[in-house]
Amino acid sequence: SASYDLSASTFSPDGRVFQVEYAMKAVENSSTAIAIRCKDGVVFGVEKLVLSKLYEQGSNKRIFNIDRHVGMAVAGLLADARSLSEVAREEASSFRSNYGHDIPLKHLSDRVAMYVHAYTLYSAVRPFGCSFILGSYDKDDGPQLYMVDPSGISHVSTHTHARTHMKEMTCREIVKEVAKIIYIVHDEVKDKAFELELSWVGEVTNGRHELVPKDVREEAEKYAKTREQADSMFIVGSI
Amino acid sequence: MEKRCTDSQVKGVSTGTTILAATFDGGVVIGSDSRASIGGEYVSSKTINKVIQVHDRIFSCMAGSLADAQAVTKAAKFHLSFHSVQMETPPLVIAAASVLKELCYKNKDELQAGFITAGWDRKKGPQVYVVSLGGMLISQPVTIGGSGSTYIYGYVDAKYKPNMSKEECLQFATNALALAMGRDNVSGGVAHLVVVTETGVEHVVVPGDKLPKFHNE
Repeated sequence: SASYDLSASTFSPDGRVFQVEYAMKAVENSSTAIAIRCKDGVVFGVEKLVLSKLYEQGSNKRIFNIDRHVGMAVAGLLADARSLSEVAREEASSFRSNYGHDIPLKHLSDRVAMYVHAYTLYSAVRPFGCSFILGSYDKDDGPQLYMVDPSGISHVSTHTHARTHMKEMTCREIVKEVAKIIYIVHDEVKDKAFELELSWVGEVTNGRHELVPKDVREEAEKYAKTREQADSMFIVGSI
Repeated sequence: MEKRCTDSQVKGVSTGTTILAATFDGGVVIGSDSRASIGGEYVSSKTINKVIQVHDRIFSCMAGSLADAQAVTKAAKFHLSFHSVQMETPPLVIAAASVLKELCYKNKDELQAGFITAGWDRKKGPQVYVVSLGGMLISQPVTIGGSGSTYIYGYVDAKYKPNMSKEECLQFATNALALAMGRDNVSGGVAHLVVVTETGVEHVVVPGDKLPKFHNE
């Protein structure tokens, strides 16, 4: 890997593009973002590390609204993720302008993934150092979940690292599970303070992506804190 | 040929044609006459097809300059075919209408073409959309267009009912076309009708002599 990792336009002898792999390291080393697709919607949760006591609560959000019906949670370099959220917003908006209806999530995910992939082809630019999860809910197509990584692949997901019984639960129940998972994976020793960001899109919000209301969040955090110890052995990993 | 700007601002450009579309319970009926004329005097074609299939379950009727309408329809057909392959699903009727609308609106200075787009899709079922000359897009349960349409507003307003059966709607559309073709000198020929439902597409052609006759004939 000595000289084959300097630019994205170079393959290594064993067929790898190291710059893309290094970009994925930025995601691995980031704090957790999770999304679960359940019976009637999608719930997002992010472990947002608070880097300074001077930051206001709610600043540097890691969950974005892409269109009314689409939410995006990110892991990795936040600045890269912000720029991609703008790309996603423009794609969704121009689709609506051209075709008169909401952009299907698969198409949006494919389009943003194509954009991410373009940055893995040239030495003049570096790949995006973030992965993101896109989720939406539609009356006809139901809840959908996709993930895009720095290599520019769009993965369709049912549940991102969750157990199968969650498929049958509703958003209100899953919100508590997501909070619990974030609390469990949070490493008290390595990182001190964190804020839990929670959002959802589903039947409960009439198909609009929104941050969960204060009372739901407080209930979820209370549940998470009490169940943290009991269930920590069942969690496999994080993205 | 100079641009007919002043004309269209003052009078509105009407075209030698009658087109219509109507929703019924489970589908849509789209229809048109088949006459193309020059200057309101010479019939350049007795059997022109003004109902173009832009996708499996979506049709568009042309109004205005036939040259402009054909060019726009061909571009829209290509665009929709590509869009549907990308989406891995048939396009929505509103997507087809929006594609036509974008072409008409963005090129409104050069074009003089309007459309009635109608069809069936999985999401909203049977729908009819009107794209006017300047690029306005609206949805209606039944709509008529072209120079011949002026003679049948009364008939359509009185006789159209939502959720008719397929046969009732077909009869309604045939009567409407026959009445318009009977009074408008630049509409005529045969009546082209297309019935679009979830299960398929049915073409009906009614030759001039088989059209319904009314009291004065």
